[in-house]
Amino acid sequence: MPKDELKSEYKLVGTRPDRPDGLDKVTGRARYGADFSMPGMLFAAVVRSPHAHAKILKIDASKALALEGVKAVVTRADFPDGLTGEDWNLQENTIANDTALYDGHAVAAVAATSALLARDAAKLIEVEYQVLPHVTDVDEAFAPGAPAVRPGSADHSVSSREVDLPDNVRHNVVREIEFGHGDVEAGFAEADLVREGTYKTEATHQGYIEPHACVGQMGADGRGEMWVCTQGQWFIRKFCAAVLGIEASGLRVTASEIGGGFGGKTTIFMEPLALALSRKAGGRPVKLVMTRSEVLRATGPTASASMDVKIGMKKDGTLTAARAVFRMQGGAFPGSPVDLALTCAFASYKLPNVEHIGYDILANRPKCAAYRAPGAPMGAFAVESLIDEMARELGLDPLDVRLKNAVAEGDKSSYGPTYNRIGLVEVLEATKAHPNLSVPLGPNQGRGVATGFWFNHGGETSVSVSVTEDGTATVSIGTPDIGGLRASIALMVAETFGIGYDDVRVNVVETGALGFNEPSHGSRATFASGKAAVTSAQSCIKQMCQRAADKWGIDAEAVEWVDGAAQPAGPNAGKFPPMTMKEIAETMGATGGPISGHNETTMDGVGASFGTHVVDVEVDPETGRTTILRYLVVQDAGKAVHPSYVEGQYQGGAVQGIGWALNEEYVYGKDGRLQNPIFLDYRVPVASDLPMIDTVIVEVPNPGHPYGVRGVGETGITPPLPAVANAIADAVGVRMKHLPMNPPKVLAAIKAKANG
Amino acid sequence: MTKVHVTTTVNGEEVEFLADPRETLLDCLRDKLDMTGAKEGCGTGDCGACSVTVDGTLVCSCLVLGVEAQGKKVETVEGIADGEELHPLQRKFIEHAALQCGICTPGFLVAAKNLLEKNPDPTETEIRYWLAGNLCRCTGYDKIIRAVQDAAAEMRGAA
Amino acid sequence: MKYHTPSTFEDASALAASAPGVTRFLAGGTDVLVQLRAEIVTPDDLIDIKHIPGVKEIARTKDGGWRIGVAVSGAELGAHAELVSEWPGVVEGMELVGSTQVQGRATLVGNLCNGSPAADSVPGLVAAGATVTITGPGGTRELAVEEVPAGPGKTSLAKGEVISAVHLPPRGDNAGDAYLRFIPRTEMDIAVVGAAVSLRLDGDTVTEARVALGAVAPTVVLVSDAAAALIGSSLDDAALDALAAAATAACNPIDDKRGTVEFRTEVAGVLVKRAARIAYARAKGEK
Repeated sequence: MPKDELKSEYKLVGTRPDRPDGLDKVTGRARYGADFSMPGMLFAAVVRSPHAHAKILKIDASKALALEGVKAVVTRADFPDGLTGEDWNLQENTIANDTALYDGHAVAAVAATSALLARDAAKLIEVEYQVLPHVTDVDEAFAPGAPAVRPGSADHSVSSREVDLPDNVRHNVVREIEFGHGDVEAGFAEADLVREGTYKTEATHQGYIEPHACVGQMGADGRGEMWVCTQGQWFIRKFCAAVLGIEASGLRVTASEIGGGFGGKTTIFMEPLALALSRKAGGRPVKLVMTRSEVLRATGPTASASMDVKIGMKKDGTLTAARAVFRMQGGAFPGSPVDLALTCAFASYKLPNVEHIGYDILANRPKCAAYRAPGAPMGAFAVESLIDEMARELGLDPLDVRLKNAVAEGDKSSYGPTYNRIGLVEVLEATKAHPNLSVPLGPNQGRGVATGFWFNHGGETSVSVSVTEDGTATVSIGTPDIGGLRASIALMVAETFGIGYDDVRVNVVETGALGFNEPSHGSRATFASGKAAVTSAQSCIKQMCQRAADKWGIDAEAVEWVDGAAQPAGPNAGKFPPMTMKEIAETMGATGGPISGHNETTMDGVGASFGTHVVDVEVDPETGRTTILRYLVVQDAGKAVHPSYVEGQYQGGAVQGIGWALNEEYVYGKDGRLQNPIFLDYRVPVASDLPMIDTVIVEVPNPGHPYGVRGVGETGITPPLPAVANAIADAVGVRMKHLPMNPPKVLAAIKAKANG
Repeated sequence: MTKVHVTTTVNGEEVEFLADPRETLLDCLRDKLDMTGAKEGCGTGDCGACSVTVDGTLVCSCLVLGVEAQGKKVETVEGIADGEELHPLQRKFIEHAALQCGICTPGFLVAAKNLLEKNPDPTETEIRYWLAGNLCRCTGYDKIIRAVQDAAAEMRGAA
Repeated sequence: MKYHTPSTFEDASALAASAPGVTRFLAGGTDVLVQLRAEIVTPDDLIDIKHIPGVKEIARTKDGGWRIGVAVSGAELGAHAELVSEWPGVVEGMELVGSTQVQGRATLVGNLCNGSPAADSVPGLVAAGATVTITGPGGTRELAVEEVPAGPGKTSLAKGEVISAVHLPPRGDNAGDAYLRFIPRTEMDIAVVGAAVSLRLDGDTVTEARVALGAVAPTVVLVSDAAAALIGSSLDDAALDALAAAATAACNPIDDKRGTVEFRTEVAGVLVKRAARIAYARAKGEK
């Protein structure tokens, strides 16, 4: 077998052992963000703007500081001036300067000897505001004459498009994007059916159950430490250092166990406040834990979107051309994922003619953060809804239409690059073969399908593997374990060494222990940290073969590594009994010293993942309520290292998408305040809302990974939005174009249809 | 603020602490007794991450004041295992991969144990409604429900 | 905040009457603690009434009705088989409040005194003709449940007054009640619309009825026109349509994050019909 051919038979990869951190997590011992405490620790609370947009005229903390036990108050005056670009954005979002830009924007913070005292002190900090006009809706922010969110902040020098907007629209538009290929007008002319639609999605929150929490300590020398729940401790270090104007190397950041992130914990929100308070309080550690309402008001939800899509289709379902014009607001700062939404929009389809136009728009809302396949679910809602509608109009099976146009290896993608080996066709064929497709449907029941895509990401990665003195292995990774990562890494490293799963200990380490690592984001952790761990283990194996060769007095090239031991490669190499990893490890001090391997790289070889979802719903025609009856996720994992956790990603992504489709949304009042900042009214799906979520793991190995791994975390949230919309259309004949498809909206649509 | 002296029993051990009347049982467990197994996910009784039992009744410890615990028997996730021996629910949660991030797990375990004590053979629907006040954002609930079903079956077999 | 544990309602009332600042009575705490945590209401005096003898009891009264203690939780109400069989609508209303965890603490009186028009347990109590005993500085008085709420977050109780018991009338024969609410999810939401129906039959004919709606007006409302639409009928389609029309006409809702005026009005008519069918079936002895 040629060496570059991927193995398909493994001893460990693909099995389902217990996760190494399971015991700690079922006994309550695992320490999450709010579970850390330090001697002498203070507690912090944050004063936040109650206004969507307001000039800050005066901050008076004298009453708070007069309270016994209050140790420090910080405002923007305690942070350095002169930051630019994203550093400035991060600083401005951490604490407002002279203007509060959204309901919940931090204005001041206080540290005191107890959490209650800090809360009491925060209430005594008096802030005088002058309320300014605000705008929260994406279309209203883009309308002529909308209030300017940050006058003068739009930087059109980064636009890839000739600006053609009037000035009083441009002032909230911070980025314009245009790309594509072919001739879309000619493509539409070729089509038998051309349809267009406008679709809207509301902002949703990642909804991780663990609020942001940290303990920060920093001295007057600008050196410090932080314990924090985060998807990426190096990002915390980098961003905190920038916001505070200190050297990154002066800050050591340790990631706690993390209670969910979904992209929302890849950046900073309040962490620099804890450090600034600590510095001001003489270096005492400061604990800062958000309430749920702070999480919803002041961390990073996803963008809201308004989208126009136009598609041309031939009678047989062949797509001839497509155009997408997406408008997204990502809060009072640049950075809505409109670019990613566009690049994913048509990624599943062969399209000779395609055009993408995007606008990144400011509004008086919190700075958006990544949320699982950022942008892709919105784009999919628009595109997959319209394709479904057109397929139905032409009397074609929606899955066949997708199969007819599905991209495969060698096809040019809608966003430019040519695909390497991908598994969309295999996914669609597995979907067609699934028994859920043949379950008969009753009255008011409908079936919807949709396809989704996510690129996946490699990213900056550093990993170290050391041969432990007893012949086991210790792995240091820098990507926090959000959903079974330690198990997956241990499986791959054990497979590579040929030792037992339990003989590998995987540690998520602090920023002092490895070079830079990007967070557990972009579906990269199992792929990139795993690939770097395998490379590092292979380096250890090479060194162990050398030790054996030295002992045997033969060339290292004549030694091979089989089943956890060095052995002569064939009869000509000499006759020696295999030397196990344990034997080599026990004597390594005398044979040349400790054996470690490490790998630092911006990881290449990433493989995209496609998925198709099929959902059956029942709609109550008298109340508009949608019940999910059956749900199927089919997705390409490349290779499922630990299939249980791959299924878990599929199921979790699907259910987040169901929430987004049906009930979740940020509701702002006319006053620009968030109306639903608690879980009572920010309605994530509960256990009784759902059936079991069926999964099929398709495995089309990624040639860019030693075990064929593709990222699997994000694709799963992309198809549910349109799949549910398509199912509702099938059930009761109404086409919902504005999420969420909550009962009032669906009932109104049903009644409008009945009234003609 | 006058603090109140509270004596209570947590997982079979008598403990005492001084509570500000505004502090919740959850605050007292976490900050005064260093029992951080129960988590605060919302502070409004909407997520169940702080679930404990008080005199055998399942409650959100964020909706009980610390001073109300006087003379009560409180059980938390830390008391579910019997020494080194995990409760069947704990084993099944690990086996079924019923946790991804694990922050909701303590609450689910406490709530599910309380269910199985009252109803050893619940249907899938009964499990889903009993646990509707425990939010999980990672799993889509599928593997959690299966773990509870499997633990229930094992416990019935063992009984 | 001072925490009190009086051992009689008279003491509780006296404490509240003499307290200069903000007072709250604490039973289940599922509203009081939420408001405390969110710093919406931080009482100066918190009066825990769970140490008063009898507050956890559900007792049959001499007239064949029920006296329910003010600290009886939803879970305890639901576990009382006799009460459930006589007043399933009242109990199911209470059991819809919050999660299993909330059921371990939340009480009928707490739900009532929170003053929410969307309180799930209140329409059932109103339809049942329930009353409460109020202990105040000047002694005790009885009040119909529908007279307690005075608007969102408000009650008709005076300073120093505390509800000391809930009374359900005797159920009698050939009677049934039911409560339905509409929420977007299956659990954990505040009612967007609630509808309770209690009725009595003579053969197939409705002889008595009370209909109450939640979340469609500033308080839970007793809709006498809706009851009139049922009385004398055998729950035929015409009666159900008249019931729905009367319920819809009684709606005076608001647009908010939970629902629109149109939706609430429309669904009130839908739910009241569905609740009437269940109450009717129960009165007939059908499951």
